[in-house]
Amino acid sequence: MDYEVVIGCEVHVELKTKTKIFCNCPTDFGGEPNTHVCPVCLGLPGTLPVLNKKVLEYAIKAGLAMNCEIAHFSKFDRKNYFYPDLTKAYQISQFDLPICKHGYIDIETSEGARRIGITRIHMEEDAGKLVHQGATITTSAGSLADYNRAGVPLIEIVSEPDMRSAEDVLAFLTNLKAIIEYTGVSDARMEQGSLRCDVNLSLRPVGQKEFGTRAEIKNLNSFRAVERVIKYEIERQTDILEDGGKVVQETRTWDDGKGMTFSLRSKEDSDEYRYFPDPDLTPIVVTDAYIEELRASLPEMPQVKRQRMIEEDGLPEYDAGVITASKALVDFYDGVRAHYTDAKKISNWIMVELLAKVNADGIDLSEVKIQPEQMAALLKLVDSGEISGKIAKKVFSEMFATGKDPDTIIKEQGLVQISDEGALKNMVAAVVEANPKSVEDYKAGKKKAMGFLVGQIMKESKGQANPAVINKLLTEKLDSM
Amino acid sequence: MTASRLTIHELHDLLIKKEISATELTKEHLERIQALDGEIKSYITVTDELAMQQAKSVDVKLAAGENIGLLAGIPMALKDNLCTEGIETTCASNMLRGFKPQYSATVVNKLQAEDFVMLGKVNMDEFAMGSTTENSAFFATKNPWNADCVPGGSSGGSAASVAADLAVYALGSDTGGSIRQPASFCGIVGMKPTYGAVSRFGLIAFASSLDQIGPLAKDVTDAALIMNVITGYDKKDSTSADYAYPDYTTALTGDVKGLRIGLPKEYLGEGIDPDVEAQVRAAAAKLEELGAHVEECSLPYTRHAMPAYYLIAPAEASSNLGRYDGVRYGLRVQSKDVVGMFCQTRKQGFGPEVKRRIMLGTYALSSGYYDAYYLKALKVRNLIKQDYDRAFDQYDCLIAPTAPTTALHKGQNQDPLALYKGDICTIPSNLAGIPAMSLPYGLDRNGMPVGVQLLGKAFAEPTLLQVAYALEQNTSLTRLKPNQGKGL
Repeated sequence: MDYEVVIGCEVHVELKTKTKIFCNCPTDFGGEPNTHVCPVCLGLPGTLPVLNKKVLEYAIKAGLAMNCEIAHFSKFDRKNYFYPDLTKAYQISQFDLPICKHGYIDIETSEGARRIGITRIHMEEDAGKLVHQGATITTSAGSLADYNRAGVPLIEIVSEPDMRSAEDVLAFLTNLKAIIEYTGVSDARMEQGSLRCDVNLSLRPVGQKEFGTRAEIKNLNSFRAVERVIKYEIERQTDILEDGGKVVQETRTWDDGKGMTFSLRSKEDSDEYRYFPDPDLTPIVVTDAYIEELRASLPEMPQVKRQRMIEEDGLPEYDAGVITASKALVDFYDGVRAHYTDAKKISNWIMVELLAKVNADGIDLSEVKIQPEQMAALLKLVDSGEISGKIAKKVFSEMFATGKDPDTIIKEQGLVQISDEGALKNMVAAVVEANPKSVEDYKAGKKKAMGFLVGQIMKESKGQANPAVINKLLTEKLDSM
Repeated sequence: MTASRLTIHELHDLLIKKEISATELTKEHLERIQALDGEIKSYITVTDELAMQQAKSVDVKLAAGENIGLLAGIPMALKDNLCTEGIETTCASNMLRGFKPQYSATVVNKLQAEDFVMLGKVNMDEFAMGSTTENSAFFATKNPWNADCVPGGSSGGSAASVAADLAVYALGSDTGGSIRQPASFCGIVGMKPTYGAVSRFGLIAFASSLDQIGPLAKDVTDAALIMNVITGYDKKDSTSADYAYPDYTTALTGDVKGLRIGLPKEYLGEGIDPDVEAQVRAAAAKLEELGAHVEECSLPYTRHAMPAYYLIAPAEASSNLGRYDGVRYGLRVQSKDVVGMFCQTRKQGFGPEVKRRIMLGTYALSSGYYDAYYLKALKVRNLIKQDYDRAFDQYDCLIAPTAPTTALHKGQNQDPLALYKGDICTIPSNLAGIPAMSLPYGLDRNGMPVGVQLLGKAFAEPTLLQVAYALEQNTSLTRLKPNQGKGL
């Protein structure tokens, strides 16, 4: 039987606020265990939460950027369960009145444009981290708890079950990550855990309306893992259904090493969270004026920017897509554009040189040392003929490594293009003299020989000779012979 | 040994006139605790060294001619659910035996800033759940009026220590009557302020939407003086009210002429001890005599308050008490795995009443029951608020019994439901968040004090104090002293 894959995502995004959601502890990643804690985030008896207003602001911004309705009246609820990483035995979250609802993200796939619904976005606090001295908490001899992360603000973005393939999910996540980056509310880095994705996947016979039973898969910390887990789950569930079995509704965890998912707990065991409104926090009331103020503060979103880069800057769709997938690239592109007009040249340099270096070094775009003005200066030097394209690449490498100005690098390394006819005439004469065969060929009408001679002169000049000047001098020389 | 019988304002006069020193006053109280508390058992922890240090620093200020606050140098007691940095705070539970908080409650900091003298931490029903103080995991406290009677609860240690002159005043907490009922049983003044008037930061939570800290004092003036210090907006408590808190002593005029006072019929009659009802009616008559207009009124939803309360309070408690899991602080009972540790710790750490309420609350919040129980209780709560809103359109204040009876005998009531019913007069005001106070008013046939309750709309504490003060100034029925008979 043919099955249709139905996928929805729950994405947790750690917000980039300076302090935690309900206390003044720093949210910085890393740090010695239990150094970013206080009585409030440790849930000590008698302590009370006070909402960090930035969290509300960021959640609303994310919601607006994903085309959501913002709730004028919303509240926090307690999600009660026992686990040692949870300091109060409840997580402060939002249950039935989330801050954002009914949004969407548009994606481009090989089958065309699609709109993926966003069911809701809600605010909540993160839990601490347990380090087990053994495989799991039940089998380990002991566990250590680090509460630095307890109380770090999160938004949970829940999608509609609108995705049908791994490609859809990756496109969705790529756009979601870009949107989050654009709004500036999070770094959205999967490797550091500031963007975490759970996948809900089910199968149904093609043509059937009702959804099949789904499995929820947690612990996916890279796009690659998301792709692999979807492939794995489709196979696993197909096998079960083909064998006449039933998929169990459960939470599964992804083991990246083994490339498999494992059952964590069945839904029946875990669904009793006894949610109720947190009496320690007052309801959240948001005015239209505040929502509009935040809407006005949002930067252009990737889809819009992409369209504008195509229409106004004349970039190919592909280029615009690559650049707009990352806020850092867009900022860099815009920065260069402010000083330099040829959009296609900028995108070529970004896509070929810059991304190659970033990927080779495995660094984050935020760590790139080259400033947009420096990049514009480099492109202008090429245009004016002061350096050749070849030298420009060399200068770019140096700029990438050191962050120095292109002028400085050219001066320090003596890389300036030689356009002085006097200096080049001797070089031309010497090469012509050393290659009589090529001269003969040229005279015999083999224009290719000209290219060889130019190459020899460039070599002689260590690439610094101005090709246009060489061409001129060489033609003059040969024609005079 | 007479200074300990005096009130805050009387002692303040003596201190500034240098007729007594804070050190002498504190020493006298510590000696009385030493001599008498073995019998009464109001203190869990006596902080004698700290108290003497605090007293000494007040004496230094006095010697230097500095002005001191009205509470400065006055020895007092704190209910043991108020966090005190570095000082054991147990909630009278085995779960928190030995627990020393890393910080002090906002009210404690406020008192500290006024140079208070803290004699120690006093007994209570475990986690403030109960109305006799017999639910303390450590020991029961006796009523200073009659050692065979309970002092009430859950702030029984606070009430008993003040009534027995083992503290000049005390702080308690009131979730469903836990300040007012013990004040009534022990013949002292107790006030539950408007929800949000006193910061809950540092009060170990029982039911967050109902808990409120308040004073237990020897007279109305003292209650007003304490209110002046403990009320105020606190940015650490999101439910704290940003309000222009008045000087409560300005309400102490003695004049009630023209005030409209309602006598709700649902608080009288069936289930109310006739002696208690007689005293309430006598107080009402006295107010009329003083120029107030008193008339019967009705709060029809009153009878639904008890079931609503016993869903809402346990529901919140079941969540608030989840954190006592043995992982981070307090009791930990080792077991073969983490779930076993959770279970054993909670099994051994909590007493039967706490477990009963956790079970009740867990059940009420469970899916499938939430709408029928918790949500319905919230709706009833709203109706009760509306009842009061309507009443306060017509009346400046209401007068009612604080409790259906005077102090119960120890072990008299083993049936939890019967005990819960004893809260019927105090619970509705917690549900509505309005202020209420208990004022002693005469004795019953057995010589035990009766409490009269005054209730007002939100932030109407001045009105309550005004009425209470008028009664206090015009009768001899409010300042009562137990005849302790044993040389006390």
